[in-house]
Amino acid sequence: MAQQPLQLILMRELADHLATPVFVVNAEGTLEFYNEPAGLLLGLRFEETGPMAADVWASRFTPTDEHGVPITADELPLVRALRGASPGHRRIWIQSLDGARRHLEVTAFPMFGITGELIGATALFWETA
Amino acid sequence: MKVVMWGTRGSQASPGPDTVRYGGNTVCVQVTNDAGQVLLIDAGTGIRRAGLALRERHGRVDVLLSHFHMDHVQGLGFFAPLYDPAAEVHLWGPSTPNLDVHARLTRYLSPPLFPVRLRDLPCNLHIHDTAPGRLDIPGFAVTAALICHPGPTFGYRVEADAQSLAYLSDHEPMLCERGFAAGPATTSGYDLAADVDLLLHDAQYSDAEYETRVGWGHSTLGHCLAFAAAVRARHLVPFHHDPSHDDALLDAFVAHARKGQVYGGDVIAGMEDVVVDVGALT
Repeated sequence: MAQQPLQLILMRELADHLATPVFVVNAEGTLEFYNEPAGLLLGLRFEETGPMAADVWASRFTPTDEHGVPITADELPLVRALRGASPGHRRIWIQSLDGARRHLEVTAFPMFGITGELIGATALFWETA
Repeated sequence: MKVVMWGTRGSQASPGPDTVRYGGNTVCVQVTNDAGQVLLIDAGTGIRRAGLALRERHGRVDVLLSHFHMDHVQGLGFFAPLYDPAAEVHLWGPSTPNLDVHARLTRYLSPPLFPVRLRDLPCNLHIHDTAPGRLDIPGFAVTAALICHPGPTFGYRVEADAQSLAYLSDHEPMLCERGFAAGPATTSGYDLAADVDLLLHDAQYSDAEYETRVGWGHSTLGHCLAFAAAVRARHLVPFHHDPSHDDALLDAFVAHARKGQVYGGDVIAGMEDVVVDVGALT
């Protein structure tokens, strides 16, 4: 397995020391890591899922809007952050893998390296009661 | 390739009777290939003597800067080839999103910190804003990559004459401690150092010192040995010695490393003026 960019290694390490749920993808959109608090929301620990391609994680948790209308991958803040190279925020509802339906606020932002190259993107989750 | 350790100390020059053998000059390493082409890595106070040794050469010399902390650039103003109109000096190092290498160097090489400005140097000076990846340097295949240390910091892999070395003078891979357990993908510096003939690596702290210095960007001797084992380096020079570490303590570090409990390769003491003929290493 090739070494990841240093910024992803450091972001993963930071996320692993936060109580804030964090989800990290690389420049191709592949899920590289989510931390334990994010695992509680998603219903499965990262160690149980491992890396996932963008089309897999974008649909696996069945994201919808407040009316139950499915949110396509292109409309997810993390995908917008990655493809549009700009931050994004929205409320979503997901079907957790433990069966619970959860209401989340999601804020995502792209990560650029020191020479301007896109390294990946990060999303922060906040569960709304 | 031949390697000369002109400076082995980290953080601050520390000459004195207690540091005579391992040296008091801050980091500078010379690499010379079989064709006689020269590059230097870092410009700590050790580069002054490197410059004296190269004084009559008058040709091209490349200086790779890992980063711009003072212990890595403090000797640059006393590097003789910079004052030689017949010399061609190439400086390489990481820029930041807002400051190029010239601007970062000028913060030191200008009044009031230094009397001579970069623009007034008589040599043929080339400054390269260096991105991670391959560097175009005649006679060497050089790869730069960001490594775990505060601020943009490069480690370098240098290959020539069918030999390889990796230089990671300021490196705290254990800050990403999950990396050592999870393998290459999450280990800072792994690709640079994988399977090298000679690894020059940060070993600044004892375990006790590290407890209060986590995040400062340096390794303990134990981290250094674990990293060398993980990347399967054949020979190791632990260096970037803490200024407070005297010769006796560093002898003890080397003796401990050579027990082979963590790293089974050859350990070469990181002493000033040591010359390592990489091709002659077995």
